[in-house]
Amino acid sequence: MSSTAEHHHDDHHHGPAKGFMRWVTTTNHKDIGTMYLIFSLVMFMVGGFMALIVRAELFVPGLQLVDPHFFNQMTTMHALIMVFGAIMPGMVGFANWQVPLMIGAPDMALPRLNNWSFWILPFAFSLILSGLFFFGGGPASGWTLYAPLTLQGGIGVDLTIFAIHMMGISSIMGAINVIVTVFNMRAPGMTLMKMPLFVWTWVITAFLLIAVMPVFAGAVTMVLTDRHFGTAFFDPAGGGDPVLYQHIFWFFGHPEVYIMILPAFGIISQIIPTFSRKKLFGYESMVFATAGIAFLSFIVWAHHMFTVGMPLAGELYFMYATMLIAVPTGVKIFNWVSTMWRGSMTFETPMLYAIAVVFLFTIGGLSGLMLAIVPADFQYHDTYFVVAHFHYVLFSGAIMAMMGGVFYWLPKWTGHMYDERLGKWQFWLTTIFFNITFFPQHFLGLAGMPRRIPDYNLQFAEFNFMSSVGAMGLGITQLLFIYIIYKAVKGGEKATTEVWEGAEGLEWTVPSPAPYHTFETPPVVK
Amino acid sequence: MSGPSDYYVPHSSHWPITATIGLFILAFGAAIMLNDMAAGKWIMLVGGAVLIYMLFGWFGTVISESEGGYYSGQVDTSFRMGMAWFIFSEVLFFAAFFGALFYVRKLAVPWLDEAEILWPGYNGGWPTAGPAGPQVLGPDTHVEQAGFFSTIGAWGLPMWNTIILLTSSVTCTFAHWAFVKGQRGRIVFWLAVTVALGCLFLYFQAFEYHEAYTAYGLTLGTGIYGATFFMLTGFHGLHVTIGTLILFIVLLRVIRGHFTEQNHFAFEAAAWYWHFVDTVWLLLFVFVYVL
Repeated sequence: MSSTAEHHHDDHHHGPAKGFMRWVTTTNHKDIGTMYLIFSLVMFMVGGFMALIVRAELFVPGLQLVDPHFFNQMTTMHALIMVFGAIMPGMVGFANWQVPLMIGAPDMALPRLNNWSFWILPFAFSLILSGLFFFGGGPASGWTLYAPLTLQGGIGVDLTIFAIHMMGISSIMGAINVIVTVFNMRAPGMTLMKMPLFVWTWVITAFLLIAVMPVFAGAVTMVLTDRHFGTAFFDPAGGGDPVLYQHIFWFFGHPEVYIMILPAFGIISQIIPTFSRKKLFGYESMVFATAGIAFLSFIVWAHHMFTVGMPLAGELYFMYATMLIAVPTGVKIFNWVSTMWRGSMTFETPMLYAIAVVFLFTIGGLSGLMLAIVPADFQYHDTYFVVAHFHYVLFSGAIMAMMGGVFYWLPKWTGHMYDERLGKWQFWLTTIFFNITFFPQHFLGLAGMPRRIPDYNLQFAEFNFMSSVGAMGLGITQLLFIYIIYKAVKGGEKATTEVWEGAEGLEWTVPSPAPYHTFETPPVVK
Repeated sequence: MSGPSDYYVPHSSHWPITATIGLFILAFGAAIMLNDMAAGKWIMLVGGAVLIYMLFGWFGTVISESEGGYYSGQVDTSFRMGMAWFIFSEVLFFAAFFGALFYVRKLAVPWLDEAEILWPGYNGGWPTAGPAGPQVLGPDTHVEQAGFFSTIGAWGLPMWNTIILLTSSVTCTFAHWAFVKGQRGRIVFWLAVTVALGCLFLYFQAFEYHEAYTAYGLTLGTGIYGATFFMLTGFHGLHVTIGTLILFIVLLRVIRGHFTEQNHFAFEAAAWYWHFVDTVWLLLFVFVYVL
């Protein structure tokens, strides 16, 4: 009918358009995946820089570099940027590249929406970052944005709230795209229980995203109306309750942490079988464990607020429900180890990362179990023990799994092998510096050092000194990560179609680099 | 219709970036406005205008592609699944506000009642505007002096609004039957009735808000009752407005000769949305007005 539509269809089989507008208007899942991954890396460096400001201030006791309000802005924005700018977009980047390749689909199901999901993000983060330049600065309440703290503060809080609305649109549309792609675009023969585990973890993640991002949007909307329109959601004088905010926030916040970790589980569930040259042990139990974790994530939220003054029955319920999560997570750890058992293992960089994740994430899981115990949590709550715990699950869980994933699929994306020697250096430096940074924080927390405070008692000086030195090393090491990626994009040993000897799956049947359009005729999966 | 192997992947599109820029300007303008800077509302207007331009352009493109026959059955399934999950996300958005309502009614207000040290003499119970807020009078009472407010009784306008919305869901279904049978005259008639009922609902709702503010002393700032009442009914009203607009556009497209007996997903999506909005209203009627 319309000539514009005709025109579109003709161009379809050509390669990408030229110039900057290619990236702005693209509907191609590989372009969009690349943009997500680059955005994630940029945000990782920005958020990391903010963490280094925090660690620099904490290098020695006393206030020396920044004033406490700016310190609070840095802890807050470091977390917001890492959670919403680095980890989540990074995982969506992996989904964009890999899900269509892994299920034999020509593209994501809703390509224009896919472009929109990405391009919202740079604008949303400009909004948050712009708060730094206004009077009153950026948000300084911690990433949880607890009322009534967020009822104070200047325009930076409003900008953050609107940015969260925008990121919510982005995440929900992105998640809808993943779900529709998986349920509607699989190649013939690719039954649900044949899907690679990465695809499974992402479908379940997408479900969590659609379920909880709107709740977060609702929570910050209530903050906004309390701030400017005279509502009393979080004001006891009007019959509201600040604890209400915490309940709504953590109803979002707890599934959110699984949103960040489940795709990471998916990535290492791809890597470990490849380098063990065995099938994934207990595939079906992996799928059900993932679904089980997702289900439990909805009914454990108040373990983040044991000290807020809940009834005893609530404390007990949330304690036991939380401990239940150790069961499906234990199933996963067991399966990864069993996959490696008697495998013909080799230790290329992705495999090193996968093994490190299994080991270090388990440490984070065990400290999580400690935090789940109500009476113990009364001691640990809001201390550096919590900081250590969630960095073990988020950095050595989500971020290191993504780094492993980058090394694993980079040859497929760029057509070049990365520099294995540099990759191993990057892995070992990251792992060692990570542990120097965060392991001492366990001791700090157990000894009672509170988090989010720019000064501390002299007794905490040595461990903070170690932690800050580790953090600087960890930060500088990531410049090497960027260099390795840059080098592989520019050239290097040509990657084969299969790339890795033991790799299985549809993505290893297309050439390296993957052509601009793949699987326009769906492959048949036996 | 093309085969399943020919999935239509649209070429590059500038509508998403237009949408993003509109959203960004709107959000930035809103933040500026809320912090008492005069330029804010003008910036917001520009952002809103960009968004409206985008909606026409983006949906226009999709409509011309659909009418041009580019969408296979598989693309159609993608749209259906996408719409269903979008509505699911909307359900969870409302769930946040319903959750807030249940929490304050069942937990926060009774606890505040018991906390004698903090607010001595406060008697909880629902409705309430909190210990420092105005006192509640019986429903549908005209409030003359400050320090009091009245709620809106369920069995006046809200009951009529319930009947109106339920009826509109029925007429919407009549329109659907007419779509399946290809009876264009009936489609136009029943869609027009549905749109009219939607407008009537919105008119009554606006009337109710006017009464609340002017005669009942009930405003957004009337403690937790005012907050939950206006936020829940307000977001619902917004969704009715959007649903009515979508149905109206579908009506215009029918008049222009779009859609066939098999291919009318735009209408079906609008109908799903309409039934969703209707269901939310039933929950509102029970938990906000009746109980």
